[in-house]
Amino acid sequence: MRIRHVISSLGLLAWAGLAGGLMLDRAAAEEAAKPLARQDWSFNGMQGTYDRAALQRGFQVYKEVCATCHSLSLLSYRNLGGGKGFAAGDESASGPGFSEAEIKAIAAEYKVKDGPNDQGEMFERPARPSDRFVGPFANDNAARAANNGSLPPDLSLMIKARANGADYVYALLTEYGDAPGGFQLTEGMNYNAAFPGHQIAMPQPLHGDDVKYADGTKATIEQEAHDVVQFLAWAAEPNLEARHRLGIEVLGFLVILTGLFFVLKRRIAKRLGLH
Amino acid sequence: MSTHNSPNSDPQASQSQAGKTNLRNYGLVRWIDYRLPFVGFIEKDLIGYPEPKNLNYWWSFGSLAGITLLVMILSGIFLAMHYIPNTEMAFNSVESIMRDVNGGWLIRYIHMNGASLFFLVVYIHIFRGIYYGSYKSPRELLWIIGVVILLLMMATAFLGYVLPWGQMSFWGATVITNLFSAIPVIGTPITTWLWGGFGVGNPTLNRFFALHYLLPFVIIGVAMLHLLALRTHGSNNPLGIEVRSKADTIPFHPYYTVKDLFSLGVFAIVFAVLVFYMPNALGEPDNYKPANPLITPAHIVPEWYLLPFYAILRSIPSKLGGVLAMGGAIFMLFILPWLDRSRVRSCTFRPIYKVLFWVFVVDCLLLGYLGAKPPEGWYLIGSRLAAAWYFIHFLILTPLVGWFETPKPLPVSISLPVLPSTALPQEKH
Repeated sequence: MRIRHVISSLGLLAWAGLAGGLMLDRAAAEEAAKPLARQDWSFNGMQGTYDRAALQRGFQVYKEVCATCHSLSLLSYRNLGGGKGFAAGDESASGPGFSEAEIKAIAAEYKVKDGPNDQGEMFERPARPSDRFVGPFANDNAARAANNGSLPPDLSLMIKARANGADYVYALLTEYGDAPGGFQLTEGMNYNAAFPGHQIAMPQPLHGDDVKYADGTKATIEQEAHDVVQFLAWAAEPNLEARHRLGIEVLGFLVILTGLFFVLKRRIAKRLGLH
Repeated sequence: MSTHNSPNSDPQASQSQAGKTNLRNYGLVRWIDYRLPFVGFIEKDLIGYPEPKNLNYWWSFGSLAGITLLVMILSGIFLAMHYIPNTEMAFNSVESIMRDVNGGWLIRYIHMNGASLFFLVVYIHIFRGIYYGSYKSPRELLWIIGVVILLLMMATAFLGYVLPWGQMSFWGATVITNLFSAIPVIGTPITTWLWGGFGVGNPTLNRFFALHYLLPFVIIGVAMLHLLALRTHGSNNPLGIEVRSKADTIPFHPYYTVKDLFSLGVFAIVFAVLVFYMPNALGEPDNYKPANPLITPAHIVPEWYLLPFYAILRSIPSKLGGVLAMGGAIFMLFILPWLDRSRVRSCTFRPIYKVLFWVFVVDCLLLGYLGAKPPEGWYLIGSRLAAAWYFIHFLILTPLVGWFETPKPLPVSISLPVLPSTALPQEKH
């Protein structure tokens, strides 16, 4: 018994010392990075859904501001529809809810290279709803050449490719500012409080009133950032609503089934007079 | 397998001893069973199989592991129908599964999170085995086959993690395959041979896909051996004493089938919460960036279930030393049946080893935490201490405690505890 106590108290002491050390280190690390402000997104939580109006406004911000430099290569124009037509036959998928005519018109604004035709020539034609989003640059090298050597990343998965992506991108879009005194900003870079290292190649994209919303919403910088993050969150995870809906059904079924198994287990165990 | 299939046993004869629900009342079943004792196997090895009557819920994790393996294989086969193992197309083919394949997101999230849950279940299964001394004679080979399954699982999980060809896939593959270059003299040629080139590239991805499809079936085979070894001496139990008589056992069906079904229900709820409400919580956001050999991620970390071993690897300042320590960590599990000198199996009767067990659990969790942190400052000191404790636990404390610990008195049998006054109610049937 005494040995046991000696061992456990020695062990406890060692772990407590280690834990204390780790906490000190953690505190030091957290001082350096400003914690990310959490936004109240409509798609958070078990019943979260996308906000259709925000998706449409967000698409407008993407199209008129972000798309100048950023591609969205995993999406097709047809995805901009509502329930139907996202993935063929999958009615549960959801999108911004543009009508078929609107989608055709949006697609037709872009040119895609197609061919060869029956003369063996490549040709340009207006994009169709089935085409992928046409990017701003022909290739990565063209994108770098136009952007001071930096490659603007594709935005299809941006929200999922960063920790707390929605909050992070919102902070990134709204936390541009002047570098504090003593901060060495490299030529051609911009100061951003949310970006790791605070130096970002992308100039401030949103200033407020960058777009004129069709639904009359006032285009403040916060509103624009909020809307475009909604849109990008949907672009990264278009099946979120279907997932949330199916999840409730599956969990309801499983909870009832497991309850029945429990009752059955109790009844059968009673035969033994054990439990 | 069955007593009914000996040559001089008339298939008709079995009818007389059959109950009213006996399948052998059906002519076709009787005909088949005489030639291929399938029903006999089910009766003897599943329905009537005697199990110790005192198994607790920690014994459910074995069957959960088997079921998770099947879920992984089934979901994996459907993913393989849409996946393209080519460095140019792999990332987008996974995204196409997520976006364009009907129900593809569900299958992929099941497969992704199923891997994590498979490890969780198997780790609990292993810790249960350590706590109740399930590795001791005569179950040493059962235990060793289990450790082989763990190794195969790690290999399979690593190969699978490379397939989506995201940043973590690529850099994880680079780090892990480079470990082989630590081997003196032949290390570099071996690494080149593994890659199929002079770096992680298309040939690597292609062979990783082939092997990732193969290994789960190897796991099935080894799991069959695991079951065969289990059936030879039967399950251990929370008291860690052998079954002495029929009074100590109950038939597997219905008692443990229904108990395992309940456990399966609880497990499925946890699984569903992960898949439907936090499908990316256990993954790295970096793996949603396409692989880029020119940009190294800030922190290259493996999936959570490999973090303790990763922490041990990084705690040694030399590459070869780190690789040896990591291999040694698994090797400890292989030799555990001979490191533990105590004749008492269950920690219920081992006051000191029980404390050490829980310290060891905390140590493994701490290693996991530290494996996710950058190897510097306190984190590095912490992982060195924790890694040292890991080996001290196995190599020094486990053998020593076996010598000087005085175990509590063992019960006479599962049905008869030490003192009659605290006797469990007698079995009715």
